[in-house]
Amino acid sequence: MDPLLSGDVGLAEILIVLLKVVVAFAALLIGVMLMVWFERKLVADMQNRLGPNRAGPFGVLQTLADGIKLFFKEELSPQNADPFVYRLAPYLSLIPAFLVFAVVPIAGNFSGDNDGVVTMFGHETLMQVADPQIGILLVLAMSSVAVYGIMLAGWSSGSKYPLLGSVRATSQMVSYEAALGLSVATVLIVAGSLSTNLIVDGQAGGRWNLWMTGLVPFVVFLIAGTAELNRPPFDLVEAEQELVGGFHTEYTALRFAMFFLAEFMNTVTMSAIIVTLFFGGPSGPSFGLDGWFADYVLGFGYFFAKLLVFLFVFVWFRATLPRLRYDQLMDLGWKLLIPLALGWFLVVAAVKVAIDTTWNVAVVLGVAAAGLLLGGMLLKLAIRSGSEHRTDEFVGGDR
Amino acid sequence: MAESPLSDFLRSYLTVGIFASLGFILVGLLVLIAWMIRPDRRQAQKYISYESGVDPVGDLWSQSQIRYYIFALLFVIFDVEVVFLFPWSTQLEAFGAFGLWHMFFFIFVLLLSLIYAWRKGVLRWA
Repeated sequence: MDPLLSGDVGLAEILIVLLKVVVAFAALLIGVMLMVWFERKLVADMQNRLGPNRAGPFGVLQTLADGIKLFFKEELSPQNADPFVYRLAPYLSLIPAFLVFAVVPIAGNFSGDNDGVVTMFGHETLMQVADPQIGILLVLAMSSVAVYGIMLAGWSSGSKYPLLGSVRATSQMVSYEAALGLSVATVLIVAGSLSTNLIVDGQAGGRWNLWMTGLVPFVVFLIAGTAELNRPPFDLVEAEQELVGGFHTEYTALRFAMFFLAEFMNTVTMSAIIVTLFFGGPSGPSFGLDGWFADYVLGFGYFFAKLLVFLFVFVWFRATLPRLRYDQLMDLGWKLLIPLALGWFLVVAAVKVAIDTTWNVAVVLGVAAAGLLLGGMLLKLAIRSGSEHRTDEFVGGDR
Repeated sequence: MAESPLSDFLRSYLTVGIFASLGFILVGLLVLIAWMIRPDRRQAQKYISYESGVDPVGDLWSQSQIRYYIFALLFVIFDVEVVFLFPWSTQLEAFGAFGLWHMFFFIFVLLLSLIYAWRKGVLRWA
């Protein structure tokens, strides 16, 4: 829990909280603005184009110009729309998007016994907006609420393409959320806490959960996270060639801008969550430094550098990978990622118990490897016999 | 430390609450500004649902396949499972081997449900 709020909560504490909230908000909005520009510029580079280059130096202000333009557009709600739900949906999409950011530690010195605590105006506090004991559960809860925003947007539009888009989106997000939750559970075994501050603190000194959990949960999380964001190659939700714009086809002007903002905000926060869970967040070598430089500059520097890597990875995915087919999407989620995440979860749990008690770790590892191999073989057998069964009628029985 | 009226639970959400309310205010403000400055030139044709440029045909609240719904049901199984896994995995040291065997059994039973659904052909999308 945030040491700032452990004593009496007076005016000074509330003011510091307000300051943190405003700073986090500004950082997030500026971050999103730059992310949109970064993505357009990077995709342009990868496709041998110039990208935005008119508004401001290198086109940095292009997003701002687009945003201001959307303020001056007429708002239409289609005649078949359910008016209340149609207006509610953009809020349900945008509010969860930035609430997730509240539990992300963005700076602080995690070396030695510092535990990320910084001193602000004589009060000890953490460099994250809030540190509830169930921080990671809040993240998962908010990503579930975001499903409602998309589902209700498509349903309430009273139009064909949005309905198709929202049904696809709901099914997809719900499928990958299970895999997402299972890979987070593996991190929790190693961290032993749901609080984001303690998760980052446990990774200080290079003991990143990336290798403490054995790489697999990270890969599962990255794939499931991309699907959860509805970003390419999992963007069947708004596949432009088939569904026009998916769930937000009927939205115009500012309400469209809210969905757009939520989408990019989710990309930034998802990268931040990956950094927090697997890459030690703002922790890193402090070079024996102390005080404000180590607290703010170094901590934020490490966090930002790691964040930028994942923002790049998401754009890279978009520029290189072709879109999946819907059956491939569902197969990947249910037949590969969930069994893999579940199996790996059990292996990590068994190894942890073996280390805690007197079991022989080597034997446990051997049994676990054999179990995973057996499970993988059974899975492969099931998929192969299933596909043989289906193709028999076309190619004859001797395959 | 003197007993204060705020419980620990409420304290840790105080900031989340402030963050959320500031978010609502900000979004509300944006909507208000847009409402004040945007043009409003109504025409009946503008409110017709989009359908690739032609007038919409048939019922717009079309039915969709039942498969989507079954995936939602399957999701409930696994999400409830994850909810049970979270507190268990943070308290793994306390439960030790005893907890591990129980969790093995729990996950085995849940896997049976996935295998059952698979066998029923629910996961096939063709």
